[in-house]
Amino acid sequence: MQANPAPGQTAIADPAPVPGFWAPRRIVLALIAVALVSWSVASLNWTWLANPKYQVLLLQGAWNTTWILVVTMVLGMLLAIPLGLAQAVGPWWLATPAHAFCGLIRGTPLLLQLWLLYYGLGSLFPSIPWIRESDLWPILRQAWPYAVLALTLSVAGYEGEVMRGAFKGVPHGQLESAKAMGMPRFTIFRRIWLPQALQRVLPTLGGETVLTLKATPLVATITVVDIYAVSSRIRQDTFVVYEPLLLLAVVYMAIAGLIVLLFRWLEARVPQKTA
Amino acid sequence: MIGGAVLASTLDLLALSPPGWGATLLSGLAKSVLIALGAFGLGLLIGTLGAYGKLYGGPLARDLLAIYTTIVRAVPELILILILYFAFTSSINTLLLSWGFERIQISGFAAGIAVLGVVQGAYATEVLRGAILSVPSGQIEAARAMGMPPLMLAWRVTLPQMLAAAIPGLANLWLIATKDTALLAVVGFAELTLVTRQAASTTKAFFTFFMAAGMLYLVISVFSTLLFARLETWARRGQVRPGTS
Repeated sequence: MQANPAPGQTAIADPAPVPGFWAPRRIVLALIAVALVSWSVASLNWTWLANPKYQVLLLQGAWNTTWILVVTMVLGMLLAIPLGLAQAVGPWWLATPAHAFCGLIRGTPLLLQLWLLYYGLGSLFPSIPWIRESDLWPILRQAWPYAVLALTLSVAGYEGEVMRGAFKGVPHGQLESAKAMGMPRFTIFRRIWLPQALQRVLPTLGGETVLTLKATPLVATITVVDIYAVSSRIRQDTFVVYEPLLLLAVVYMAIAGLIVLLFRWLEARVPQKTA
Repeated sequence: MIGGAVLASTLDLLALSPPGWGATLLSGLAKSVLIALGAFGLGLLIGTLGAYGKLYGGPLARDLLAIYTTIVRAVPELILILILYFAFTSSINTLLLSWGFERIQISGFAAGIAVLGVVQGAYATEVLRGAILSVPSGQIEAARAMGMPPLMLAWRVTLPQMLAAAIPGLANLWLIATKDTALLAVVGFAELTLVTRQAASTTKAFFTFFMAAGMLYLVISVFSTLLFARLETWARRGQVRPGTS
């Protein structure tokens, strides 16, 4: 937002020394943070952390949260690509349902979708004999398939909208020249269209992954044992109110930080043309 | 096919008068909308202050605001709601007790608005900061040069012009606010999603009730999208459209 200074001025005015990251106020802030952390370690009740039973549960919960996040992001993106493609260039009979699906997912709360799938399908399936007799029934009786399904559909709905813009944003000339060179349609999609669309969504994908991470604790409401469910159980067992919640906030912040770092690394690896 | 038959036979459960649960759902909807409105308003207030603080505040204010927005955007809303809900109610009670008052029961309504408002404020700060940056800096400098006091400058120059750029982001935030009210179901507040679940588990008509509630949320979302689109054309009324000049 700064206007360029006139050429004569820059030579005279010495640029002010840029303060580094560790300016005095930052040191004070860091000291306050250290004091807060040591106060909470010293005077809050962390004895439950020493209990091996809870340690195992916490690790299991963290693992469940992580795999649910990874699986739903991958499956959701795989669904989002056809959804975005259908909306960007599909005929109306593909574009309209895809558009309606994205609107439906984005317009209703995830908690409601999750409960609709879990309680609705969960009450419908036992009344259908061939589902109950199939080999899939032992899996369908558990909660996690519904959690994965709901989160996947949610990611697909939000990302489908993003992919629509990304597919439209790829320069048309490139697709036309590929067509003119006689490249088959699928090869055009695989080599030119999809890679560039993915490159366009990469900056937003990190943020969307963090949003999905923040949505995962909802699966605890349908009895999936993720890290949030573990902390609720510890709170109920031990009557410790705040400490498990604080640990939970720290764990989620750490995972979110890892996701941001991962996507920064990915983005640095993707070649960008800078004019 | 089975789903269709079940739906047809349970549709009269949605009737407004007592054997039906329609009135219960609608009162849940009203609570959801009121909380969303309150949280959105509080979020706008926090967001405006936060955006000005991030842009024009001192280094310390900027650091504190950065910590606030980072934490709120990295921790799941559900956990923030639980932490703030307990911390908010218990700290108010500690204050009241230390001043010699009686301990009070804080309504879920007020706590819900406060908690969701703090969450919305973090996102609104970023939206409004970007919008303020989109106002041509020459205009702000000109107003300063004419000696306009800061509040009048904000009211007459910055805020009206940033509105057009802010509205798409704010529309998104409003939709997030309406959907985030569903999270209050987890702390036991009887908004739309929770009353829907109560109705559904009482009558066992899960599909009917969850779909009806989904329709209600969709109506809000479609209606507010239209409203925000009109608001945006109104906010852009003074701008030159590309291609017409």
